[in-house]
Amino acid sequence: MRGEVRASGSVEFGLTIDGVEVPFEPGQTIMEAAAGAGVYIPHLCFHPDFKPHGSCKLCTVKANGRYATACTTPATDGMTVENITDAIQSDRRRLTQMLFVEGNHYCPFCEKSGNCQLQAVAYFVGMQETYFRHFYPRRELDASHPDILLDRDRCIQCELCVRASREVDGKNVFGLGGRGMRTRLVVNSESGLLKDTDITKDDRAVHVCPTGAILPKHVAYRVPIGERLYDRRSIAEVGHREPAAKG
Amino acid sequence: MTAPFEVAMIDGILDEYHRDPLNLVQILRRVQAECGVVTPRVRTHIGRALGLPPAQVQGVVEFYHFISSTPEGKYRIRVSDNITDRMLGNEAVMSRLTERLRVRRGDMRDDGRVSVDFTSCTGMCDQGPAALVNGLAVTRLSPERTVELARLVDMDAPLKMWPREWFHVDDNIRRSDLSLGTVLEHGAAIRAVLERGPDAMLRELQLSGLRGRGGAGFGTALKWKLCREAPWTPRYVTCNADEGEPGTFKDRILLTSYADQVVEGMTLCGLVIGAEHGFIYLRGEYEYLHQHLLEILWRRRADGLLGGDVLGSGRKFDVEIHLGAGAYICGEENALVESLEGKRGIPRVRPPFLATHGYLQHPTANNNVETFVQAAQIAVQGGAWFAAVGTEKSKGTKLLSVSGDVERPGIYEYPWGVSVERVCADAGATGEILAVQVGGPSGTMIDASELGRLVAYEDLATGGSFMVFNTSRDILAIVQNFARFFARESCGFCTPCRVGTQILRRTVEKVVDGHGTEIELGECEEIGRLVKSMSHCGLGQSAANHILDSLKRFRERYEARLAVRHFVPDFDLDGALAEARALTGRDDALAHLAR
Repeated sequence: MRGEVRASGSVEFGLTIDGVEVPFEPGQTIMEAAAGAGVYIPHLCFHPDFKPHGSCKLCTVKANGRYATACTTPATDGMTVENITDAIQSDRRRLTQMLFVEGNHYCPFCEKSGNCQLQAVAYFVGMQETYFRHFYPRRELDASHPDILLDRDRCIQCELCVRASREVDGKNVFGLGGRGMRTRLVVNSESGLLKDTDITKDDRAVHVCPTGAILPKHVAYRVPIGERLYDRRSIAEVGHREPAAKG
Repeated sequence: MTAPFEVAMIDGILDEYHRDPLNLVQILRRVQAECGVVTPRVRTHIGRALGLPPAQVQGVVEFYHFISSTPEGKYRIRVSDNITDRMLGNEAVMSRLTERLRVRRGDMRDDGRVSVDFTSCTGMCDQGPAALVNGLAVTRLSPERTVELARLVDMDAPLKMWPREWFHVDDNIRRSDLSLGTVLEHGAAIRAVLERGPDAMLRELQLSGLRGRGGAGFGTALKWKLCREAPWTPRYVTCNADEGEPGTFKDRILLTSYADQVVEGMTLCGLVIGAEHGFIYLRGEYEYLHQHLLEILWRRRADGLLGGDVLGSGRKFDVEIHLGAGAYICGEENALVESLEGKRGIPRVRPPFLATHGYLQHPTANNNVETFVQAAQIAVQGGAWFAAVGTEKSKGTKLLSVSGDVERPGIYEYPWGVSVERVCADAGATGEILAVQVGGPSGTMIDASELGRLVAYEDLATGGSFMVFNTSRDILAIVQNFARFFARESCGFCTPCRVGTQILRRTVEKVVDGHGTEIELGECEEIGRLVKSMSHCGLGQSAANHILDSLKRFRERYEARLAVRHFVPDFDLDGALAEARALTGRDDALAHLAR
């Protein structure tokens, strides 16, 4: 069904992902087309509610034989997309391992465990160990806010909180500072502390974090380990549900 | 605390830049130059004045190497650390400076007098070892010059009192061809476009076959046409003078001795695409050229070649200079435009492309310095004149910046299609050639068996860097220098480049230190391929080329450095004690574990 005119008179566009036909509307990206058809492409910095960022590179696919970031690449009619192949999953595994070793991620005692997209993607791509030598960076923790914890150890610089705070909350609480390996989340106040911003616990920015870098306080283990989002189902099935704010 | 006079001075700088947030990088550069630091308090002050959130100002301050949140010395010495500087003895320069000035590399001396550090290639490879002192280029740092420099810093002698010849930069043009041999009467290209119209001009450009000289080789006529056809205005012209590729310095010569032709090319472009405003994005390392370029712009305005009525045509075009602040990534065109807008130099997501969504999301024609010069010449001499030389897919000539193990380093202009061997011979390659790095660390490394290969888009594409290494050199030292360069210059946006360049640097260092095994070589290949295929921009996609190329051609040199054992863990027990040693001030044998 390539660019064919349907009975209704509209034109139907389609591409294939791992051999499965997926229709799309002109202007959609590969990621949007996939999501519309219920096909999961691993990702971390992408979120359907925000403009694509294209930085984590987890959603890299092969489009017509060339590497492309699914969240930023426009779908074209007749495009052949490879998504879940051994080679691509292996590359994604290395990327995920890179994210793990550049920060300080301690799943066994992280309270986001089970609700964490980074962890869930790691499972999805078959990551068993971190492979690379850990960088053990020194990153600052900000526990100054009564309701919100910012633990940069677990930040992957996806900028979802930056986007959410700016675009949804209208507060512009976060930004990125540093560069290269020293890139880090910075807070928009002269003190650099969360307590001196107007962020509140119901802000979208607090709940959009795919890892445990920004956590609402006082919730912790109200939903016990074992009953969390990705504990029984893979992230491919769960999709974009966010952990319940009130636990 | 910020003193009142400092606030007044900063306010003066803000006013000079019309309190326009688009000038943020320019403002921060100036504050850094005046105060030696941009403190959090100053950041907040600037943010308020420009209506920018503090985090955004902080993000920009922390992004650029030449802007600092922590105080730097009154004299800021940055020693160029390209491999060619290394070959000319920059390590001895560094040790002499730190010893004589009693300062540790990377630190500021306690009395605030001086700070010394390495910096990425400053574009003086033909007259190194080089350095920047308070932003100004100093060349040929002989042992005597270095010692004298340290003495002047110790004496607190103002830069104005320093010997002028230290700041002298030679053009070193060794071979001229079509471009360097062409002298254009000022305004000739502008008259040509005004007489014959933009469409005729685009046809000449198309006929000339001119492709972007920065390295990517996009057709210039097509780029200008896309801009011209983009249905909204204003449109912009940007000149990429952020010549950061290690080993490249040809734009330096063009900006010095052919600057009128650069501006002429930009004006031509403006008239063709319908832009009224152009920017020269001048790399921070070339700050010494800033005044010279400003003077040329003033003269051209006085001559009616720029301004509100270009040569009486009723058309407007003017050029503004923006200085970079130490960031290789800003040579990537999307990062360059972000930086021009006063932001962090992070490459944008494409599509859309600059031709339709460039500066301020408006149509923007961004070209290399050399491209503008050649476009101006084509406008006057005609497309056929240019297309008569070169090869089928690479028309015209190319400036090569030749350095390394050659008797006559400098600028060589050749028709495309010249062999590597010919360039090496003309430049007087010394000793037996081991390798040639064509196109800089992001280009291609070839060995002695490939000297017959051609410099052309069909074979070895290049932005102009051409570094020659003879058999007295250590391939691993070259690779290590390049690997450190990319790890230092990655912008940090995407995972494969941000983390991958660090992993590659560490892995190469492990091999150099004699602790590598076959596993490390496999990792270099695997991670190199991943960085190349998955990175967001051209920097990342080319950041592993030197490793992949050298492994393919010089694997035995890697293997000769491998540890005998099958596996050596990454964890270095003795290395882990470094912090304890530093804390206790010990570095004796007993403070080390035997390996």
